[in-house]
Amino acid sequence: MTATLAEPVATAHVAPGAPIVKITALKKSYGTNPVLKGIDLDVLRGEVIAIIGKSGSGKSTLLRCINGLEVFQEGSLTVDNKPLLHESALAMRELRQRVGMIFQSFNLFPHLSVGRNVMLAPTLVKKRAKGEAEAQAKKLLARVGLAEKFDAMPDQLSGGQQQRVAIARALAMEPAVLLCDEITSALDPELVGEVLRVVESLADEGMTLLMVTHEMSFARKVSDRVIFMHQGRVHEMGPPAELFGNPQTPELKQFLSSLHD
Amino acid sequence: MTEFTLWDILRNLLLALRWTVVLSLIAFVGGGVVGGLLLALRLRAGPVLQKVISGYVQLFQGTPLLMQLFLAYFGIALFGIDVSAWTAASVALTLYTSAFLTEIWRGCVASIPKGQWEASGSLALSFAEQMRHVILPQAVKIAIAPTVGFLVQVIKGTALASVIGFVELTKAGSMIANVTFAPFTVFSCVALLYFALCFPVSLYAKHLERRTRSTR
Repeated sequence: MTATLAEPVATAHVAPGAPIVKITALKKSYGTNPVLKGIDLDVLRGEVIAIIGKSGSGKSTLLRCINGLEVFQEGSLTVDNKPLLHESALAMRELRQRVGMIFQSFNLFPHLSVGRNVMLAPTLVKKRAKGEAEAQAKKLLARVGLAEKFDAMPDQLSGGQQQRVAIARALAMEPAVLLCDEITSALDPELVGEVLRVVESLADEGMTLLMVTHEMSFARKVSDRVIFMHQGRVHEMGPPAELFGNPQTPELKQFLSSLHD
Repeated sequence: MTEFTLWDILRNLLLALRWTVVLSLIAFVGGGVVGGLLLALRLRAGPVLQKVISGYVQLFQGTPLLMQLFLAYFGIALFGIDVSAWTAASVALTLYTSAFLTEIWRGCVASIPKGQWEASGSLALSFAEQMRHVILPQAVKIAIAPTVGFLVQVIKGTALASVIGFVELTKAGSMIANVTFAPFTVFSCVALLYFALCFPVSLYAKHLERRTRSTR
């Protein structure tokens, strides 16, 4: 196993310093069924991490632990040196302002227009004035290429457009870390590209990204580090060229070869 | 012997109809408020309180409204509290309505996909903000039709308040039948009045159901 912490790859946007997400000996089980069996992971500011692995390997669960959607039983998790405390609503509210999440099924609010989807959380949580939130929403929608859809309803958009709105919605909270949970898995193949291009531009701008993905070529191209999860553990971890080019464990070799079938 | 014209009968029934309407409104407003509070409790409560509320719902759904009215009327009196038929009927119907409404509404809230909770939660919205801005606006849309539909049941249910001496439409009907010796005429009129009250409401419920369907 080569589960050593990889040296941050020499990409321009990786700033040195304390990790923004620090996961130590994290364990989680559903009842008696262990899902995460002790995860240690430090994510540096500006780092782009792709998490790959078979379904059921715990990769989505790990991601969902980072913003408190899943409760873990053992270990610790800090974001910006602030520990995740499930019992404290205030601490969770603080943490979730730092951590954005994008889901496989978009989860836009169907009763709100695209613009109001983006504006909702900043006006409620950050108490931003309506005009200011609206200007920000317009800017973010323009950034994901949907400036003209401000007044559209979510069900009038294609899947790819909905997912781009979801990205704008998450960015509106100005998170320090963005979690992407298989964000292209529910999309028709021809719509995958438009979403990945947006994610790639975020990576280029230095956003810290953790993404669970099945898009191996994308993971290879964009990420600084790839994590292969197997049976609730980080089985292999390293720079993409190394991990894809020279897999060390039979499990990863098998996983990679199964993708080519 | 005095002769009663149809107008005499109808006029007296119409006077009593007021109380059927008022009792329905009390049941609906009271039941709505209590049902709403129970729903709020239920969504946040721990397992013990959940069980208690679900027991409350089962109790009122699983026993006849007639028994609930009897128990409210005679049961409260056992504690030495003098209850009027008004109070007993209002209390019983409010509790009965609240049990059904809280269950209907809980179902509507539960039908909102989990992703809506997760998305709003991960945007750092508090529980109250999630409810107010994300969950309820969607749940209300689904709830309108079954809620209005249940109102019809409540209107008809008020007829049972006659057994504890509350003079509403049904009670007035039997009193008038006793003096006019024309029960068929009288109760036909009673039935027609109930229909006149309920039919527009169920039409409205149907209309709402169609409207929500077409906008989804």
